[in-house]
Amino acid sequence: MNIFFQQVLNGLTLGSVYALVALGLTLVYGILHIPNFAHGALYMVGAYMAFYLVGSLGANYWVAMAGAALVVALLAVLSDRLIFHRLRNAPPLHDMIAAIGLLLFLEAGIQAIWGAEFHRLAPPYPQIVRLFDLVAPAQRLIIIAAAFGLMFVLHLFLTRTLTGSTIIAMAQNREGASLVGIDATKVSVLTFAISGALAAVAATLFAPINLIYPSMGHLVIMKAFVIIILGGMGSIPGAIVGGLVIGFAESFGAFYVSTNYKDIIAFALLVLILSFRPQGLFPSGARA
Amino acid sequence: MMSKTWQKPLLAVLLVLAIAFPMVAANDYYIYVMSLAYIMAIAAVGLNLILGYTGQLNLAHAGFMAIGAYTVGILTVDYGVPYWVAFVIAGILSAVIGFFAGLLSLRLKGHFFSIFTLCVGFMIYLIIEKSDALTHGTVGIIDIPAPTGIGPIRFDNTWSQYYLVLFFLVVSLWLMSRIVHSLLGRAFVAIRNGEDLAETLGINLMRTKVLAFVLSTFYAGMAGALYAGFVRFIGPAMALESHTFDMIAFILVGGIGTLFGPLLGAILLTWLTQSLQFLQDFRMIVFGPLLILLVMYFPQGLIGYWRERQARRAAASMQDRRLQRSVIGSQQEVSTNA
Repeated sequence: MNIFFQQVLNGLTLGSVYALVALGLTLVYGILHIPNFAHGALYMVGAYMAFYLVGSLGANYWVAMAGAALVVALLAVLSDRLIFHRLRNAPPLHDMIAAIGLLLFLEAGIQAIWGAEFHRLAPPYPQIVRLFDLVAPAQRLIIIAAAFGLMFVLHLFLTRTLTGSTIIAMAQNREGASLVGIDATKVSVLTFAISGALAAVAATLFAPINLIYPSMGHLVIMKAFVIIILGGMGSIPGAIVGGLVIGFAESFGAFYVSTNYKDIIAFALLVLILSFRPQGLFPSGARA
Repeated sequence: MMSKTWQKPLLAVLLVLAIAFPMVAANDYYIYVMSLAYIMAIAAVGLNLILGYTGQLNLAHAGFMAIGAYTVGILTVDYGVPYWVAFVIAGILSAVIGFFAGLLSLRLKGHFFSIFTLCVGFMIYLIIEKSDALTHGTVGIIDIPAPTGIGPIRFDNTWSQYYLVLFFLVVSLWLMSRIVHSLLGRAFVAIRNGEDLAETLGINLMRTKVLAFVLSTFYAGMAGALYAGFVRFIGPAMALESHTFDMIAFILVGGIGTLFGPLLGAILLTWLTQSLQFLQDFRMIVFGPLLILLVMYFPQGLIGYWRERQARRAAASMQDRRLQRSVIGSQQEVSTNA
């Protein structure tokens, strides 16, 4: 029972981190129809920012998280204004290659500053929480609570506020949104800022129980892509459900199948599902 | 486009230059670097078939190159298979795996295809890295034998290996030129220009795309097999997507969808990297923004740009002639009126 509970906890932790990253990716895809390959690099930059703020400036964990979110949001907006916005009329191939260029640049830049070695963010809450005979590290519970809290706030923002619903409107129908007077520039700046901030928060939450290194974004971004393909590109509930599915598949797969091959499970699942359903599990209208 | 009369002498000059290169190169290291550029060019020529001609961004290409290299590495080192037998098997195996990967991934279009192949490439990397018993895991395979001699020719020094690689480069370019100038090549381009239109024209989309994919993975496998015999050390990192990104950079710099673009890009960027050696791992700080600027301001690459200029010049001269003719015509009119 205890072991099973551990796997559930692991799955929830992984799943909520993946869901946050996938949410940012799917929001940007919904608005601009760009698969942002650089999103994993934003996640990585977020982890380094938190590491720098806590490690070198001695900031509080939550302050560092806010700082990292701010920096990465700014970076994401810059990438939109300087690169993606200018390529809006170019063939999709160009967007993807530009995103790859940005990814390479960010990784090399971080490596130039902090080196290729692994770093650790000291856990801010090293306590272990005991409940009956169940044991859980506090950090994992914080990850789950914070991620779901953030998703809830995002949901409220997107559905209950005017600004939020402009994002939804834009994702549903670009021309229709312009017709009713929604400013496309404002919406895309906002979307990129949210997606960057989500990536940074996910990275900062996950960093205390993980390692920080320049290519840490690779696996996460690929799993996030798997998640949004499975969940339907541009679909917000799809990203959350997909994130949890992959998180659980990984934690149970690692335990019951093989730890060595746990990273392949997400991709194997993708290959398997797409072999039978090329349209994904929850097909949405936004399919290129 | 360059006129046909120009093409042949130019190619002959280039070939002579390539053959003369080892004799004028200052030292063996330059010959080594040039051979590596040629091997990368063969892989990039293959990627260009699916990316440049057929319009599908396959991000697993480095994975297929690694399959070719590992086939040679495993067969020669662990099973004592002669190099050339392993070489042939490497190409076939890459193409066979490419066939199944293509069948699966080409059911997806556009972005989905790219994302899916990114995942396929990463799976290849993970499998190579984790299968210690078969692939020696993270350690990689060392001491791969150099290609065995054919008849009196031996491939035991950099010079002879340079010519071996050059031979395969010429063969791959010749084969690629035959492919892209055939009816099949036109079908590839038709798919790039518009899948719906291509289908209306009676092109079997799936079959044609899978064929392009298999051919491109065959090139990748061959390049990988050459790489294994030439560098004689391989590690799982060669399957990583960053390696595919390098090849995309070669194609973009040289000219996407052109026969010699990948070769030009591979040579230019390999030497640029060599001259930026002090940057080592940080060369991507230069390459990344370069890639972005290329797609923003120079998406056709060097050869594409040159062709465009030729076309513009041709159009301008044609217009001049037409203008002259109309001027002459009006003069005649004036004279007849008078």
